Amino acid sequence: MPRLLVPRRSVLTAPLALPFLGTAAGAQPRSVQLLNVSYDPTREFYRDFNAAFTTRWKERSGETLRANVSHGGSGRQARSVIDGLPADVVTLALAYDIDAIAERGLIAPDWQSRLPANSAPYTSTIVFLVRKGNPKNIRDWGDLIRPGVGVITPNPKTSGGARWNYLAGWAWALRQPGGDEKAAEAFLMALFRNVPVLDTGARGSTTSFVQRGQGDVLLAWENEAHLAFAEFGAGQFDIVYPSLSILAEPPVALVDRNVDRRGTRAVAEAYLRALYEPDAQALAARHFYRPRDAAALAAAGSRFPALEMVTIDDAAFGGWKQAQARHFDDGGVFDRLYQPGR
Amino acid sequence: MHGGRSSLAGTLLLRGLAVLVLVLFLGLPLLAVLAEALRRGAGPALAALADPDALASIRLTLLVAAITVPVNTVGGLAAAWCITRFRFPGRALLLALIELPFSVSPVISGLVWVLLFGSAGWFGPWLEERGLQIVFALPGLVLATLFVTFPFVARTLIPLMQEQGATAEEAAATLGASGWQSFFRVTLPQIRWALLSGVLLCNARAMGEFGAVSVVSGHIRGETNTMPLHIEILYNEYQFVGAFAVAALLALLALVTLAAKMVLERRGGGA
Repeated sequence: MPRLLVPRRSVLTAPLALPFLGTAAGAQPRSVQLLNVSYDPTREFYRDFNAAFTTRWKERSGETLRANVSHGGSGRQARSVIDGLPADVVTLALAYDIDAIAERGLIAPDWQSRLPANSAPYTSTIVFLVRKGNPKNIRDWGDLIRPGVGVITPNPKTSGGARWNYLAGWAWALRQPGGDEKAAEAFLMALFRNVPVLDTGARGSTTSFVQRGQGDVLLAWENEAHLAFAEFGAGQFDIVYPSLSILAEPPVALVDRNVDRRGTRAVAEAYLRALYEPDAQALAARHFYRPRDAAALAAAGSRFPALEMVTIDDAAFGGWKQAQARHFDDGGVFDRLYQPGR
Repeated sequence: MHGGRSSLAGTLLLRGLAVLVLVLFLGLPLLAVLAEALRRGAGPALAALADPDALASIRLTLLVAAITVPVNTVGGLAAAWCITRFRFPGRALLLALIELPFSVSPVISGLVWVLLFGSAGWFGPWLEERGLQIVFALPGLVLATLFVTFPFVARTLIPLMQEQGATAEEAAATLGASGWQSFFRVTLPQIRWALLSGVLLCNARAMGEFGAVSVVSGHIRGETNTMPLHIEILYNEYQFVGAFAVAALLALLALVTLAAKMVLERRGGGA
């Protein structure tokens, strides 16, 4: 009698399970999988880059590459890799998140010197996206703390982009007449009082601003601002370049423990090196990342206006480890100045 | 007479209100999903569904449901049986445990598996030595879905089985029926419609769950994204037609489930 249940259930599940098994069994022996765990705004760039690299890898090695990607807030993605997401390479928003993975022993401590240009094949900066015609007349950081200006930025606790936004504002406030750390803290406190909602990632904030019509200005990656601009037509938004911003260097690294376990070191290394080659650099520029390659930057023409940028290694910050501990760790400056609901 | 007429009017008004609320709160959003999906015609919507990543998410969703629903059906039956047919110490605790997934946030329901089976979790190092991947892979998705959908079958069965009592089964036992005979000939026919309803609810939730699977998925495209996760990704990539096409399909799967339930119940009511 109990046997009755068995065939009935397998009849139910078999047609559902078969197509899934089909893809697994259809895998070629000469094939290799690679997982790139990345942050939010790189979705479009890596979709194109993966397609190009897959073709190139097939020509070079004969292997069929399946390049998988996962996107999310940079801090959260780093956490997932630490928790066991089997990333072969990580391409995150800031070095601190890769350092966090390295601290757990998954990546060699000297990872940032293994690739050229601080392991950041492309850079970006923080700009303002405002509504068409800039009705609130937002020109620079100082305008963000005016009463009645709604500022959209993600949560610095979970989002890499948000930390760049925060630090760029901090650097600007320091440079104002009479600017010191106390003034910078007061400036950011006033700024975050104008933030109606903190999303967890950069893309969530863009959606809040663009789709849901929240706020008057979005603090965004330059590439994210250009993408929203391109997706929704120039009729809806303007991009404003502030007087000072920050040079964001989103770095890439090989996850040593995972590639050694999976035997993917060669392809993962080639993948990261290819990011520095001219066609990938041109591709990065097409997706509004500032290429490192001088020729690609020149070819992009007026797409990337020159502006004054501080770096994370500026004396005001002293590198990511110091900036993170001081500003964003529990009990840091951000916790002190941001009180929700005020 | 007069009183009868006004109460009839009152009934009609109430019914009208109920229908209106249903249309506004359930029909309209569903319609909006369909309308958004078909905004540029059926072609782009179908193309979005034929995308390899979308197909992979559909397969994964069906596979997860195909594993979790049978397991939870058997588990829920066993739990309901234990609770309604036996008195034992810890019975109240078991009842509370069954309801636990309803009371904790789905995010926690996902996070517990990361805490147990993640690299930094209790069993993480042991699993890693053996090359076993639980979280950020199919097993994690199945575990999280199992956890979230466990109460559905048990919760629909317990009240009914409590009400029915064990008299029919006791009678079967005195007539010499074995345990299995009694189960298949007496218990199961009595509870089959409630069981079916629980199974279908369980299935609907298994396919639609977002929070718990989002935590354990790792969001690898074409690999560990279920339909709800894929919808979020498409939406965030400004691919609205694709997002709503997959959403419409997911809603359609739920509607098919509900329709199947109605048809079966009607047939069951006649028999």
